Parts: sequence; C-alpha cells; structure tokens
Amino acid sequence: MTTATDVNQPTLQPAAPGGRRLTLPVLLLVIAGALALTSIVRIITGADGITNVSQMSTALELAVPIGLAGLGGLWAERAGVVNIGLEGMMILGTWFGAWAGYQWGPWTGILVGIIGGCVGGLLHAIVTITFNVNHIVSGVALNILALGATRYLAPIAFGGSGKQSPQVESLGDFTVPGLSDVLIDLNRQGWFLISDIAGLLGGLVTNVSWLTLIAVALVPATWWILWRTPFGLRLRSCGENPVAAESLGVNVYKYKYLAVIISGGLAGLGGVFLSIVANPFYLEGQVSGRGYIGLAAMIFGNWMPGGLAIGAGLFGYTDSLNLRGGAENVHALLLLAAILLVIGAIWLVIKKKYVAAVLTLAVGALVFTWYAVTDEVPNQVVSATPYVITLLVLALSAQRLRMPRANGMPYRKGQGK
Amino acid sequence: MKKFDKERLLLAVAGPVIALVVAVALTSIVLVASGKNPVEPYALMFEQATFSDVQVLIINQASMYYIAALAVAIGFRMNLFNIGVDGQYQLAAMMTAIVGAHVALPAPLQIPLLLLTAVFTGMFWSGIAGVLKVTRGVSEVVATIMLNAIATSVIGYLWLPNVFGVKVGNNNTTGEMKESGWVPGIDLGAAGEIYGLVILAVLLGIAYWVVLNRTRFGFDLRASGASQSAAAASGVEPKRMVLAAMLLSGGMAGLAGLPILLGDTHTYSLAFPTGIGFLGIGIALLGRNNPTGIAFAALLWAWLDKASPELDFHDYDKEIAVIMQGLIVLSVVVSYEAVREWGLRRQQRRVGAELAAGHVLGATPDNTTEKEVAGR
Repeated sequence: MTTATDVNQPTLQPAAPGGRRLTLPVLLLVIAGALALTSIVRIITGADGITNVSQMSTALELAVPIGLAGLGGLWAERAGVVNIGLEGMMILGTWFGAWAGYQWGPWTGILVGIIGGCVGGLLHAIVTITFNVNHIVSGVALNILALGATRYLAPIAFGGSGKQSPQVESLGDFTVPGLSDVLIDLNRQGWFLISDIAGLLGGLVTNVSWLTLIAVALVPATWWILWRTPFGLRLRSCGENPVAAESLGVNVYKYKYLAVIISGGLAGLGGVFLSIVANPFYLEGQVSGRGYIGLAAMIFGNWMPGGLAIGAGLFGYTDSLNLRGGAENVHALLLLAAILLVIGAIWLVIKKKYVAAVLTLAVGALVFTWYAVTDEVPNQVVSATPYVITLLVLALSAQRLRMPRANGMPYRKGQGK
Repeated sequence: MKKFDKERLLLAVAGPVIALVVAVALTSIVLVASGKNPVEPYALMFEQATFSDVQVLIINQASMYYIAALAVAIGFRMNLFNIGVDGQYQLAAMMTAIVGAHVALPAPLQIPLLLLTAVFTGMFWSGIAGVLKVTRGVSEVVATIMLNAIATSVIGYLWLPNVFGVKVGNNNTTGEMKESGWVPGIDLGAAGEIYGLVILAVLLGIAYWVVLNRTRFGFDLRASGASQSAAAASGVEPKRMVLAAMLLSGGMAGLAGLPILLGDTHTYSLAFPTGIGFLGIGIALLGRNNPTGIAFAALLWAWLDKASPELDFHDYDKEIAVIMQGLIVLSVVVSYEAVREWGLRRQQRRVGAELAAGHVLGATPDNTTEKEVAGR
C-alpha cells in the first residue's frame, strides 16, 4: 500500500527521507516470520489460546469498531481536519443505531446509526471549517455534547433508567460451511505453523457478522476511492495543500465538508457495530474510548488504510486476550516480545547502531526475566498492552510517520486566489 | 487609544456573553423539542444556588475544576494540548492516597509531603508525553490520550488487594489515610464544610497569573506559544519550553484531585470523581485561559453539576445540564472565533481608512492584535 501512494502522488509526497520501501514480498515475509515466531512461542509455552479460532474471531469482532473509527479519522485527516470527535460520533452511532434498530430492525438501525454519526460529523465540519475553530477543541466539545445528548435522550426513548435500550434483533451471521470445520479441526491439532494459520483463517470464516464483512470491505474501498479516483485525489489535496488545490479549481470547503461528514458516518457505523452486533443493545458508556483508539490505530498505520487495518487488528487482538485467558496468554507473548527485541538488537548491530542495539538487548533481557520468573501477568498489564504498544510504535517511528501536510491547519476560502 | 481599549474590553466580554445566550437558547430548544417547559429548569437551578449547602457543594466542586482548568490553560498558553490532565490527576490522587495511608509524619510535614507526591506524580506522567514530544516528535494529543488509558490500568493494578488496595465491601479503595494528612475544612455549621484546599486553588490561580504575566519565564512561555520561530529567534529554546510547560501542566493537574481527597474522602476509591480533566478543557476555554475567567467558568460548571440533580425531582432530566455544558463549550469556541474575526475586520477597515486619509502607518494603533493562543 505504501508503494501505491508514491506512484500516485509524486508531486505531493517526495520519497520519505531515508525510509526503506516496504514492498509486498517483504511485507508478506515479515508477516510469515511473525506467524512462525508466534507458533514457536505457542509450542514452547503451551498457551494454545494465542492462536485459536475463537480467539481470532473475538479479535476480529473487537477490531471492527476500532477500524471503522480509524477509517473515519483517515477520511477527515486526509482532507486536513483533525477529528478527535470520533468518540462522540461513535456514541451517537450506538444510540441512534439501537434506537432505530429495536423498532424497525437491525438494517434500519445501521442506516440511522450512520446518519447519527454524520450529524456529528456535520457539526464538527461547521465548527472547524466554516468557523475555523481549532479542530481539537471542537472535537473535545463534540465528545462532551454527544455524551450529554445521548444520556438525556436515552431515558426518554428507552424508558426506565435509560442506561440500556431494548434488545435489537440479530443481523445474522454466517459460517463458510465445510471450510470452517476443516480449519477448526486443523487448529486443534496443534501443529507448528499450520495450526496457527488455520486458526487465523478460521477466525475469518466462522460466525462472521454481515456488518463485519462490510467493515472489512470498507478498507480497500477507502483506499480505492482516496488513491485511485479523481475525487479522492482532490480530497487528499485539501489535506496536503488547500491553497494549491483551490488555485486549481477545487472547492476546498465542499471536499472538507464531505470528508468530515463521511468520517462521522464511518465512526457512527463503528458505534452501530457495538450496539447491534457486539451487543444487541445500547449501553451507556459502551464506546469507552474506542474512538480515541481508532485515532491511534490510524496514526499507527501512518494515515494509510492498510496500516490502520493492521493497527486495529493489533488492538482487537490484545483486547481479545483481555477477554479470554489474558493472564496466561499475555505471559506467553512476553516471550515473543523478548525474542523480537533480540532480533531487533541483531538488526541494529548489522546497521552499526551499537548503543541502540545494547539498549534493545537490555530491554529484551528484562522482558525475558519477567517471563521467566512469573507464571502469569496481572490483567491490568493486558489491558494496558495496546496503549503501551502504540506509544512505543509512535516513539520509535515518529520521524517516519507522515501526516497530511496541512492537517489541522486553519484555512480560509479565497487564500488561493 | 482610550477608545480603542474600551472596544477591546467590549469584544472580550461579547464572546462569553453571546456564547452563554446561544447555549441557553439551544438548550431551551432541546427542552421544547422533548415536550418540556423551556424556562422552569433554569428557575429551579437558580433557586438551588441560593441555598447555602448547595453553595458549599459548588465551591468545593469548583476548586477541583479550577485547578484542572489551570493545568489545561498552562498547556494552551504554549499551544500544547494536554488532553492527559484526566489521567494525571487520577494517578496523582491515587499515589497521594497510597503515600498518605502508609506514611505518618506530623501534619506540618505530612501535608507538604502529600502535595509534593501529587505534583511529582502528575509531572512524571505528563513528562512522558513531554519527553516523547521533544525527543521523538510524538503529538502530545495522542501520547496523552494513550497515557490516560495506561493510567487507568496502573490504577487498576495498584488497588489490587495484594498490591496497595483494601477491599471495603464491593469498593476498591487504597485504605484510609493517616489523620495527620487530613486538611481541616472551614466549618460553616449546617451548610457543611468548605475544603481547606480551596485556599490552595486560589493561591494557584494567583501564582499562575504572576508567573505568566510578571516573570521572564512566563513571557518566554507565551512568546513561544504565539510563535515558536519568533521565540527561537529571540533566544528561547522551544524544546525546553515545551517540556517545561508540559511538566508544569502535569504538576498542576496532579493537585486537581487533592481538595476532595485531603478534605473529605481521605481515600481513593471507585467513587472518586473521574472526567475532571476533560471538563477542565471546556472550563479553560470558557475562561479564555485567564485566571479570573477560569474561576467564573469553574463556578458556572460546578453550579450546573450541583444544581441539576434537583431537576430530577421536578420531572426534568438532570442530563440537560450535561447538554448545556457541551453546548456552552461549542458556542464559546465559535463565538470567540467569530468575535475575534469581526474585531480584526473592524481594525483592518479603520487602518485602511486612516491610511487613505493620509496618516503615517506608525501612528495607527495596530499593535493590539494580541495573538490568542488556542483560545479559539
């Protein structure tokens, strides 16, 4: 996916200084290597949970709302508007989705939830684009407002204490017949690598909700729209250099508005997923920071759809560990982390960065000691894992990440004339 | 010159007034839309503010909002968004509670020890974001959001019974603090007790004003907030200022939970107030990063909080207050920006007119476009 960017926007993005291109074969090799390592760790530690089918399907289910929020963030930021309000837009999505869902069926719920998110997006767009208010300030205000509005409306619409809505009918899910059983079987054998891959794939074809499928499809769709269509090119040009875009006849306000409204719609869909698929009802506080995590996943993925999908997957996976045998499984992952750190240290030695190598090795040794002297880690470590990983990734790669150049900058119509 | 100052004052007051009027109007629309009386809730809430026990509650609550908002404002002055005040004050309150429960010094030593614990915990937590920002260029917004979440996990770990926690029924707590660390309140008889640390909040407000407006450091901070490159050109090291502002903000945030901790609960438990850091952002904005403005904003916020439960008894939903808070923040930022632009345009027109009339450029009072950092 990184290669595609550069082919398509040579004028906008000069080759990242000193950055190595991650080509598809290399990426596949890295993924294969990671899988093989995970498999080794699983066999050494006996923590079969880390790649089992139900673990993977839970991970997928938890990754979807984060990924949708991240996609929402991507649309807005590619057009140059920072969207901290994703959290609030998701909250609107959960409420509106459940409200329409329990009365007129889940599909109507999805539609209304998206509209709810779009309304949040529209509000953010008016405040940031027309009134030029600082994007983060507007987002924070939107989060407060969405929380208040749904809390106020919930008792009126759902009756009772209003902390929870009536049940929404299920959307239905599907399992690829035959294939799923075969993969579950393979996964149970506990073979090196093969069982792990079977677990991963099994998670993707067992009890998958239709909405999950739509969400997953939205990732390549977003990439295609933003990087392969004239519409997308114009939209991204607003995030890179709105003045230049305007001078070329692009209606910057229109594209920014559209992008932020779509952003709200995607976040709203993420909210609907929580209140229709993950749980069949609205619950106060259901979103619990997933909007922020989506934003982190997007930054983690360097403002690219593929990258953010990987980020969302990572968050979803660590979250799922939290639900299923976290203490033991994360303990096993400590070994994986130690091995990765040692590999990193070797890599740094090859690149002649000796100080960094020694530091990395030391951290690796510490993690290994932690692994060796304990039997399990406290659950709190599990829940903090995704956030710590994000911070580490940001710290280690901040210089290589590149956000849209005019992201978060104020822009007034007519600057390009 | 004099006439111009009056206009500036007018512009400064117009922002919040317009915002409040708009917010009230919009809230009334919400009330009408949900089939309720659009005026009575305000009357009920105003009535609440006349009861002395509610007043005490408001002042106590406002003291915490005030400190949190000052913490946010320090960052704003430097164009930094410390979204992490929430995590910083919670973690700091917890560490203070733990130290208070395990150390017993005489009160004159114990209380400073507790205050320092809070300040340093807050500084430590915001310092992580600050260091990441200056050494690795990580956006402080994202870093502090992550640190908020990590703080929740750290707190969850610290109050496990086998670490520092004490289970009281269904509630996780840190155990009761030693009595020498309790700060006595100002007893008002039947009305209740004002937290002793309300005085600390006032002192912090004064210190904030003095440091920012009367010291070299404050000048450097505001200068680098207004323009990093200009500040760097006049010899201010921008990275040092970013780190300093972040640490100060975190240290201030650390104190935000202490009025209630040392004055009332004496333990950190599941019931400890959360979310004050996020509200602090709205309050700092409403108060335009100005210590007096923030005080009014904090009182307004606390009033909305403490007067709204009464609404439940009169068949209104108290959440209307939360909607109002959200609407106030939104209309405040929009109206500040609109008023600022309107002022700028007026000024441009006047300068243009004077130039056309043949005045010398230097004679026009155009040096008043003070850049308003993050206040928009």
